[in-house]
Order: sequence, then structure tokens, then C-alpha cells
Amino acid sequence: MLAAVRDFFARAGVLEVETPIASRCAGSDPALESLVTRWHWGSDAAGQPLYLHTSPEFPMKRLVAAGLGPIYQICKVFRDGERGRLHHPEFSLLEWYRPGWDYRRLMDEVTAVVRVVLGRPDFPTERVTYRGLFRERLGIDPWTAGCDDLRARAATLGIPDAVSLDLDRDGWLDLLLTQCLQGQLGRGRLTFLCDYPPSQAALARLRQDDVEVAERFELYLEGVELANGFQELTDAAAQRARLQSDLETRRRQGRAVPPLDTAFLAALDAGMPETSGVAVGLDRLLMAVLEVRHIDAVLAFPVERA
Amino acid sequence: MASYSTSEFKSGLKIMLDGDPYNIVENEFVKPGKGQAFSRVRVRNLKTGRTVEKTFKSGDTVEAADVHDTDMQYLYNDGEQWHFMDPASFEQMTADATIVGDTAKWIKDNDICNVTLWNGLPLAVEPPNFVVLKIIETDPGLKGDTSGGGGKPATLETGAVVRVPLFVQSGELIRVDTRIGEYVSRAKE
Repeated sequence: MLAAVRDFFARAGVLEVETPIASRCAGSDPALESLVTRWHWGSDAAGQPLYLHTSPEFPMKRLVAAGLGPIYQICKVFRDGERGRLHHPEFSLLEWYRPGWDYRRLMDEVTAVVRVVLGRPDFPTERVTYRGLFRERLGIDPWTAGCDDLRARAATLGIPDAVSLDLDRDGWLDLLLTQCLQGQLGRGRLTFLCDYPPSQAALARLRQDDVEVAERFELYLEGVELANGFQELTDAAAQRARLQSDLETRRRQGRAVPPLDTAFLAALDAGMPETSGVAVGLDRLLMAVLEVRHIDAVLAFPVERA
Repeated sequence: MASYSTSEFKSGLKIMLDGDPYNIVENEFVKPGKGQAFSRVRVRNLKTGRTVEKTFKSGDTVEAADVHDTDMQYLYNDGEQWHFMDPASFEQMTADATIVGDTAKWIKDNDICNVTLWNGLPLAVEPPNFVVLKIIETDPGLKGDTSGGGGKPATLETGAVVRVPLFVQSGELIRVDTRIGEYVSRAKE
């Protein structure tokens, strides 16, 4: 699989890069938690925290801003507090950036890569919008429905404990997506779910349609989320405001607040070209190739035996 | 009282929900890449045996149920209560018909049973996987039939009825698998 991926990008003229696994800064996404280690050097005996990356997004965007052109990376990333049939604290990510590309064109390339790996050049693909999916399948508009509407819909759909769960608006949308919609996505095809609510994409560009949408997509195959991509936000001021708002959310939730990645923001300040980028979970892709249900089946030694 | 966070959920964990003790049968971690994580669990009510599904937000905590299993010796039944004894401490406990349930038809005096205790009191009683019981009544069957094809019902000393091969007779001891309620073989004392 890795050889096929590298061959694909070599032919496409995309440069393979490496960025730090352990950084002094970390992603601020409130939905992700970094693993932390310590670096001992210099006068501070306690050392300073180094965060294992949850994705190589920020440093790769710095390289794009520096003018490297199209780049890709295959690396291990780390996420604390995640373990299950589809989750492992350490997993392999394929992430790439296409300066000058629109996210729709990037979706075409994602399709091409996945088809190569699956060995099925004619595998069908489709695109559905987040809003369209919720309206069509659940009869609710995720832009206008309030928490009480979403809770009531979750209850009538038979989600256990929908009445008593304490969730925010995005939490309700996540619940409905994961419990009622996701399982049906990508049945016998690649389904791209596109154009998310703006509150669910801190790093994507926004576009004004009937409503304001975030130019973000996720790829599903047989009900499993394989990839997440954005039309990248390149406006430094807007990006700074969103990161600070994320950090504020983390502070409010009493969670670790890593230092703001000022080098990333400086790179946006210096000017980043319009770019689309995507990250593909390679373990899950391999699961699809091998038709296995549990991520442990594609890991040499799962964490419990590592 | 101890509590468990959703990240500690795994099958076999005993938790309290709405005042009843439950056993986690299955736990699935569900999380969109950039969103809220959930635990979707199937739990079995240890009092009623009923299985239900629950949804928890990741990070939620639930109270631990003080439930554990222990081996106890069945002593006797006084007509209403079944009496058990801890073979180590000689402490005695009683359980009524709602707790003993179907187990009653498999156990006889001195059998070692698996007793589930909740807050120190019996919640459920499981018989040994295999028990040896005497047949007190069964049709004579056909002379010379040793194949056992078809079989016939036999009433055991505890009142249970199992199907046995035709060659097995009243007064004989048989070995029974209590998990499926089936005859395994003839047995010696």
C-alpha cells in the first residue's frame, strides 16, 4: 500500500516531506488531545513539554507558505483518549497539500489515490452535502435546528438516552451523524460528505451559499470515515481568532491549553497561497482493502501488547 | 463509592444505572475525527437479566456497582429460602426463589455454586457447569438399544427433566451440562 501511494505521488510530481513528530506547540482542536513528552536540555531540570503531533497540518502549511509547492507526508500521529474498533492512540496518516487547487479538484485526486490502493480503477464515487444529507434522511436542517429540536429528533430515532444527554449543538449533530447517518455512507462506493457547518471546521475557508458553509469534506467507505480535507483558511487574522477561540474552549472545559503556534500564524501572515489539503487514515484504508472490521487486525502490536 | 469514566468501560465491568446493578456486555468507542466522542454500550441488568443499549458522552462517569462473584456451597432448602455457605469463612446466606431461579432444578446439597453478590447480598446463583444427578423416573426403553437415537425424557432427583438415550435407566446417575440443560454421559458416584 505504501509503495503504491508513494508511486502515485512521484508520478503526480508531489514532494515527500517530513515534519517534526514532537513539537513545542500543539493543535488546539478541542476534539483532539495530544500525548505529551518532555525534553531535557539547558538549565530547566524539569524539561519542557513536547507535544506529539495529532496531525502534521501546521508545519506542512508552513512549508506550503514557504513555497515548496505540492507536498505529501506519510507519518505516525498520536491522539490521547482514543481507543476502539476504529481508533488507536498511534496511527498512520497520509496528508497532502495542493497549492492553487480547489477542494473539489482535491476530492478527485483523493478518489484516484483510494482507487489505486483498492485496486479498483472504476470504483464509483459520489458527493453529498452535510446539509442535504440531514434534510433528506432526517428531515432537519442542521443550520437552523436548535438543541431541543436535535434532541427530540434523536429521541424519535431511538438513540438510547437522547433525552438525558447533555450536549452542545455540534455534539447533537455529531451524535446524529455517527448513530443514524454515517453507517449508510459509502456503501459500495466512495462517498464525500461536503460543506460542513462553520462551527465544525476551524481550519477551513468559509463560503456564503444560501447559508454560510465551511469548505470541508470527509470521505466515507462502508460507513467508515477515511479522510478529512479542507479548502484551507489562509487569512491569518481569521485563523488567529479561531485558534484563540479553540484555546478558550479548552480552558473553559478545564483541559490542557498548549501554547499557540505562532510560527504557523507567522507563515500565514507572510502569505500562504490558496491551498486545499487532506489527511487519509491509512490504517482504515488498509482495513478496507483487507475487508477487516477491527483496526487491531492491521496493527503488528496494538497498544495493549506494545 | 468508586466510579468509572467511559474510557475505563469494557465488557464485564459492573456499573450502577438508575439504582440497579448492570454488567457491560459490549462497549463501542464512537468518534468523528473532529467531533464529540461517545461510548455506545450494551448493558445487562443483573437483577432482571434484560439487556439494553445506552449512550454516554466520552468523559462521563458512572458509579461502580459493588458486584462480585464467589463460590459458595449449597446447604439446603427450607421450603422458602435456599441456604448457602462460604466454604472459607463458613458464613451463611440465604436466597429466595426470584434469585435462585432456574438454578434450583440443577443443584443438590453440598454442590458448589457461583453466587453473584451485590453489596454483600446474593443477586444471582449459577449452578456448576456440570452436575451428576440420579434419574428417578424414565420409561424402561428398548432392550438392546445402545445407540441412543431419539432418546426419551427422564426426571432427575432435583425435579429437572432432560432427554436421555434409550439405554439409560431409572436409578442411574448421569452427567448434565447445566448451561444447555443436556445429558452428557452416564456417571459413577
